[in-house]
Order: sequence, then structure tokens, then C-alpha cells
Amino acid sequence: MTIGIDLGSRTIKLAVMNNGQLEDWQVVESSFKPHLQSQELLKAYPGKSIIATGYGRHLAKKHFAQGIITEIKAHALGARHLFPGCRTILDVGGQDSKVISLDTKGKVSNFQMNDKCAAGTGKFLEMMAGSLGYELDQFGEAAMRSSGTLSIGNMCAVFAESEVVSLRNDGHLPEDIARAVHMSVVDRVAAMLERIGITDELVFSGGVANNGCIAHLLEKKLGRPVLVPKVPDVVGALGAALHQL
Amino acid sequence: MSEAFQVKSDPELWSKLGMDVERFSNIPPVLTGVFSDVFLSQENRPQGMAYFDNMVSNIFTGRIQEMYDAKQEGRPVVGTFCVYVPEEIILAADGVCVGLCGGSQGSIGDAEKILPRNICPMVKSAFGFKVGRICPFFEVVDFVYGETTCDAKKKTWELLDQYVPTHVMEIPQMKRERDKKLWVEEVKDFKVAIEEKTGKVITENELKVSIETMNAKRKAMQRLNGLRYHEPAPISGRDMLLIQQIAFYDIPARFTEKVNELCDEIEVRISKNSYVAPKGTTRLMVSGTPMALPNWKLHNIVEKSGAVIVNEESCIGTRYYKDTIETDGADMSQMLEKLTERYMQIDCSCFTPNDERIDQVIKEFRDSGAQGIIDYCLQFCHTYNIEAVKLRQACEKEGIPFLAIESDYSPEDVGQLQTRIEAFIEQIQG
Ligand code: SF4
Ligand code: SF4
Repeated sequence: MTIGIDLGSRTIKLAVMNNGQLEDWQVVESSFKPHLQSQELLKAYPGKSIIATGYGRHLAKKHFAQGIITEIKAHALGARHLFPGCRTILDVGGQDSKVISLDTKGKVSNFQMNDKCAAGTGKFLEMMAGSLGYELDQFGEAAMRSSGTLSIGNMCAVFAESEVVSLRNDGHLPEDIARAVHMSVVDRVAAMLERIGITDELVFSGGVANNGCIAHLLEKKLGRPVLVPKVPDVVGALGAALHQL
Repeated sequence: MSEAFQVKSDPELWSKLGMDVERFSNIPPVLTGVFSDVFLSQENRPQGMAYFDNMVSNIFTGRIQEMYDAKQEGRPVVGTFCVYVPEEIILAADGVCVGLCGGSQGSIGDAEKILPRNICPMVKSAFGFKVGRICPFFEVVDFVYGETTCDAKKKTWELLDQYVPTHVMEIPQMKRERDKKLWVEEVKDFKVAIEEKTGKVITENELKVSIETMNAKRKAMQRLNGLRYHEPAPISGRDMLLIQQIAFYDIPARFTEKVNELCDEIEVRISKNSYVAPKGTTRLMVSGTPMALPNWKLHNIVEKSGAVIVNEESCIGTRYYKDTIETDGADMSQMLEKLTERYMQIDCSCFTPNDERIDQVIKEFRDSGAQGIIDYCLQFCHTYNIEAVKLRQACEKEGIPFLAIESDYSPEDVGQLQTRIEAFIEQIQG
């Protein structure tokens, strides 16, 4: 049994691998003391060696982890395990998004990260859902109900928010605005993907991949299938667990 | 030794220079702390680094006093911002040349009260130092000699001139025959401007001697950088960066002597298998925009992530010393022409086309035995940022791992940079 833990900026993910299978996983909101919280989660698995990844990996190493790898490598390992033909990964998390290219053997050959602004991240969707009065888990479904072509022009989250408010005041349907918000995230991540170049299978991971509307619009935009793992949040933790195998 | 290290203070000297002494007094202790963390925490440093550590210790005192004394003797003290301004000519007039590029976050706020925020931090930092009167080097210079390289700099000179006399040397944007003609004229004007300050015409022999002095300095730096290419690394990237930064404010002849002594020591260390990083440590080189004192951010992150930096293709790096000047039998006008030709070989991204630089980066990558290139671009430096696209293409063609980083002096993105750099090291290690 091996354990991987991903200390992200917004959630902590745990993956337990047994005999090459993902046996158990957990996703919890992170608190101010992520290492204590992680240690609490890990109590169920005493004496196991633990590999940490994510934003809080160094903290984990200081307190409990036996080894660390970056999110980039963790996603490469995790995505490749789930989809052996994967050569390109899109990971959209709470605070950042990244694209990773793999060579034929699954090794990282190039990567790019957007971690300076909220646009194209989960944070952006969350803010916009809030200003339209949707719960985050219904936001994608609402957008799917729209067949509109409305778009928002502002990439910056702060300006996009006021644009959303004025669209509402202009009488546009909330679903149509929701779709426009989703489309803006898709445009942003598609541009990142096109910059790095997409080869073979494209895997979409991270918490935002739970939003079916993003994956759907992305498939339409790119004109190719987008593979979403069953639990897209834990791909990084899974990769960490695989690292020690 | 590390307990004793301290960046020294001299409030009396600073007030003579007209500095904001109260505010500046906070800076030496802060620098002491940062320097100790970044440099003195390293293991098995060459003993010859003691001289350079001492240069840091005296950065706001002893060295300033030397410049102040030179000024009292009527020698010109000239501040520059670019390796295109010919130091040889300042030296020939028995002058002192000091690089004023700013590498500190501390003065950005001062600059942003006046300058737009979205320009290069190097320009903002330097300008802020002057506006806030918190850089003794800025206060000790007689005048500043700027140039027309990038837009941020050339337009800032107009404003800087309101605080300190600022001359501008025109540097062309292309390197054709007609540009060379203009360039030679500019070099001659520069010589006249320096002569006007001293009231003395520079003689042929004085220029010849100063060219030799600078050649010797550049050759010593070439020698040191060549030794550094040894695997395992005999000196850290941080220490090398520091030496290359000190090159911009030390006395050339003294600096040359100390660099050569360090080279001698490193040769002995190599023969005794004494290194600063174990064999097999990931070797990275840096290309791109200069890192002015005290900008040690990237090197610190990279080397604390377990890799070693083995080359800087930068103006505070190889661009400063890769070329020298042959003076054999030349008269004044021939020397000025040869000098200009030497300066024309500097491959800054402000020029177009600039394909020599791409070749030079690849060459230094091979020579240094690096395994990957980190292209470092200061935020809002458009020329280097755009040129990074060509560099990436060239690296992809050659199969060289390449990571482009855009950053400024703020500590905010340290965590993000750390992730990228660690991932880049993992990518190389496979
Ligand atoms: S990067 Fe260009 S403009 Fe800047 S110091 Fe170097 S040569 Fe001058
Ligand atoms: S780094 Fe770029 S923008 Fe900044 S001063 Fe140098 S050339 Fe200009």
C-alpha cells in the first residue's frame, strides 16, 4: 500500500494505492494548518510511507512526508496511469491552471503554468457563480441549459465580475451569462493548450474538471475528445502515490 | 567568519553625500541578513570569496569612500546602466565607472510615485534609488551616462535628468555599416564629454593602457567562468553571480588580481577534487536580462532546490566579458574604431536582427555542460521576452530543455517559481 497526498491551496487530496489500484481517496477543504489536517487524515494509515505534492509539499516534508514531487510530475504520473495513451494534460485547480506535455514514454517534456491571475481557474468560476447567485455545483448544469452565444470580453476576474453584473442588468438570462463565463475559461485554457501543442490523448484533471460544461465546451472548441478521470481532483495525489512504486 | 559578517554603515559619509540617512540606515542590516542567508550558508566555498564578501561588507562605506575621494581629487565618477557605454574611455581619463542598475524591491515604491508601474523593475528600482536618495552610488556620481537601448530606459533618462545630470549616448538598433558610422561618432562624443569634465584630452597611450586594463579584467572573468564549467562544480552559481555583480563597482585592476587569485585557488581545488556540489548535480544555465545587485532571487531558488547554475548569458555575465579589444599598433582613431567594433559584438535583444545571440546561448550551453536553460526575463522587458520565443524554438530544435521565467523583485512569486524550477529539474532528471 502506498499513499500520496496533494496539499493544494484550496483542498487536500489523499490517494491510497493498493496492488496497482486506487483503493481509497479523500478530498477535503484545506484549513490554515494544512499539515496538521493532513496528519489527521493520515492517522488511518499508520506506518505507511507518504509522498507529498502540491503547494504545501515542503511543509509536508518538514512534518511528515518521506518524499516530495512537484504537481507537474505528480499529474504526469497520475494521468498516465489512468490513461496510458495520454501525452497532454490540462489541470485546472482552485488557484492555478497548468498544461503539461509528455513524451512517448510519459516523461514531462514541457509545461506551462498560469498562477498569476484568477482568470482560467476555479477561483474565477466560483466568483462568477457567486455573482450570478448559483451554487458552484449547479453552475455548470445551468450553463449547459443555454444555447446562447453571449460572450464576456474581460479576462481579468475583477472586470469580468462587473461585466457580469451589467449583463444581468441588461436583462440577459442567467444561463446565457453562465455559459459565457464558462466559455471564457475554455478560451483561456485552450489558448494555453494551443501554445504548448496538443499531442495524442488529452486528459483534463483538477477540481474544475468536475464541471461537465467546461469539458463539453472544450471538446467543441478543440474538436477533439477530452478525457476526464472519474475523480479528477485526485490525479495529483494518485501520481504522488505512484511515485514510490 | 559568518558571525562576523556585517554590511557596514557610515552615516557621516552618507550625510555628506546628501542621502536620506535615516531611511537608508535600515538597509545595511537587512542586506546583512539576506546576504548571510543566501551566501554564507553555503558549504565549502573557496577561500578567495572572502575578498568579494568583504566588497559587500564595504559596499556602502569603504568603496563609497574610495569613490568620494576620487571625486575630491577631480577624477570623474560616472554612473552607467548598460554594458554598451565604453568603460575604457572613462578609465583612460583616470575616471571611475559604476553600474547603477537597480536590483532591489525597496526603491520600487519611490519610482512608482512618478513612473508608470508597468515598466521594467530594473529601471524603476534605479530611478527610485535616486528619487528617494537611498543609494550612495547614485549620490556619489558626477553625472549619469544613459543610452538609447530600450524604451523604458531612454524615456526615463529625460526624467532622471531632473535629479542628476544625465547624458545620453545613442546606440543604434541595427548593426549595418551606416549604424557603425553613427556608433563611432557617438563613442567620440562620449570621449569629448568625459574630457570636458576633466579638462584634459585623453592621450593615445592612456587609452591603450585602459584598454589593456579592461582586457585583463575581461580575460580574468573568462578564465574564472571557464573553470566554473568543470563538473563537479568548483564554485556555486550564487558566488559567480556575486563576483560578476561586483565587477560593476570595484576598481578594475584590483578586481582582476582578486579574480585571478581565485582562479589559481580553484585550479588547486579541482586537482584535489574539492567541489561545492556533488558529481551528478543538475547543471542549469541562465540566459536573458541582467540581475543587478542585490537580485539573487533566481539563483537562490535554483541552488536551494538542489541544482547548480553554471553560466549566465547576461550583461551581468558573459556579455560583459566575452569580447576584448586588439590594440596592436593602432592610433587613436583606429583604437576608437576597434573599441566600437568590440562593443558592437554585444548581442543585446534591443537589436534587430539578433540571431548571433541565439547561437551564442547555444554555444554557452554546450561549453558549460549545462543540461537545461532557464531564460530569465524581467517583467515588462519586451525585447528579451519576445526574443525568448526564438530561443525556445532553437532549443526545441536542439532538444535542449528550456524554461522561460518572467519575474520581478517582489517576493510574491517565490513559491510559484520554486514549483516551476523543481519541476524543470525533475524534467531533466527524468
Ligand atoms: S540588456 Fe541590453 S540594454 Fe540592458 S545592459 Fe545589457 S546591453 Fe544594455
Ligand atoms: S531588462 Fe529590458 S526593459 Fe529592463 S532595462 Fe534592460 S533592456 Fe530595458
